[in-house]
Amino acid sequence: MWRDAVLVAGKDLRIEARSRVALWQILPFAALSLVLFAFALGPGPRVLRQAAPGLFWLAVLFSTVLATQRSFAIESGEGTRDGLRLSGIDPAGVFMGKAAAVAVQLALLQVVLYAGMILLFGVHVRVVWLAVVASLLATVGLAAAGVIYGALSAGLRVRETLLPLLVLPVVAPVLLAGSRAWAAAITGPVSAGLPWLRILGAFAVVYVVLGVVLYGPLQEAA
Amino acid sequence: MKPAVLRAIGVAGLVTTALTVWLGLWVTPPDQVQGNLVRLLYLHPAIAFDALYVAGGLAALGSLLYLWRRTRSLFWDRLAAASVEVAAVLCALTLVTGSLWGRPTWGVWWTWDARLTSTALLLVLLLGYMALRRVPAAPEVRARRCAVAALIAAADVPIVHFSVDWWQTLHQSGTILNPELTAHIHGSMAWTFLLGFIAITLDTTWLIATRYRIEVLQDALGDEELEVSLAERWAEGLPEAPDPRAEPVTLAVEPPGGRP
Repeated sequence: MWRDAVLVAGKDLRIEARSRVALWQILPFAALSLVLFAFALGPGPRVLRQAAPGLFWLAVLFSTVLATQRSFAIESGEGTRDGLRLSGIDPAGVFMGKAAAVAVQLALLQVVLYAGMILLFGVHVRVVWLAVVASLLATVGLAAAGVIYGALSAGLRVRETLLPLLVLPVVAPVLLAGSRAWAAAITGPVSAGLPWLRILGAFAVVYVVLGVVLYGPLQEAA
Repeated sequence: MKPAVLRAIGVAGLVTTALTVWLGLWVTPPDQVQGNLVRLLYLHPAIAFDALYVAGGLAALGSLLYLWRRTRSLFWDRLAAASVEVAAVLCALTLVTGSLWGRPTWGVWWTWDARLTSTALLLVLLLGYMALRRVPAAPEVRARRCAVAALIAAADVPIVHFSVDWWQTLHQSGTILNPELTAHIHGSMAWTFLLGFIAITLDTTWLIATRYRIEVLQDALGDEELEVSLAERWAEGLPEAPDPRAEPVTLAVEPPGGRP
């Protein structure tokens, strides 16, 4: 499973490195959403600083939808999915690989978004480890949940409209827990952030396990 | 389920619901604290319970058993689909009745309380399942896809619950099922409350069973229509005596590689 996962992740990331869709479309979209949020809330620095963690995670959530859509768009070419299915690669490995590739992209996206938050909102994280751990756990959970639903809606004619409806309510706890943990990392106290790490961890574990177990039937169905 | 049993459940549900309404609106006294508002509580917790545990539970169970190879049959898939729809209706009713109760009690129609928020999210999850179900596909493909979606959504429910619970909470904790089991409810009120649970559970059972039957009939109708249109296509291929009344017809030439 692990070797297959590395293969699939490598393939997805290589395609990404050559096509640069995430770099030139998803990343600018995320940055744009930060600017739009500021327009919606007004330029007052206090309001923006208070809302910053929530806006950050909202931008990450929307980008997750785009990233998973992209992750399955590259499989939509003529016979690509059948090829992947017939290649004898373990479905769990495919799942892990695709989720890992999405997670890497999301992690890079968060670094850029954080830089944008410093620049635009004047927000600094005080407790770095708390923010980093929260981000890593959230990224794993988001990528896993996103890839399961991406596979579910891949090949459907209505996938663009269906995917956000399916993914966003499921990842709502990540938005909640991620924002709270980051708020604690920015303004403290640290103890306020710790319970949210547990939620993020539980979410990540549940969806990685579900993905490993359910990806096989899902691949057959598509 | 036999039609007679189904009808019996339906009648029982109707009678108990009517009885609950009568007891709840006319017989029971108003509450010391809540006054007449308490009457809504003969229905609201029962609807919420059936939405989450009866219909929601059946949906999760049906999806799980469909995915498990040994018990895979369209019965579980249809049961899950029927339960999801009924759960969505009950979930919406829970929100509406809760909102009606919250407005005079808390002064607002909506509050970002833990149970309200998680119920609303559950409703959206159920709507997502129903949207997925409407996507046309072969029955087995659709069944597998929907079962996976249902299980993923079901796994989310406890996580949502805990996260919004920690977020903030205003809703009272359970009264009947509190840890010490020391509920103090006036006799007729307690009986009405209990009857409400029975009535709504009977209604839920009837709705799910009926919805299941409709699902079976719909699938049968789909098969029938397929048979009929297949027969029509076959008939087109047979040589026919030219109808003298008909206009001369020029057949459009199918492009190569067109629809078989």
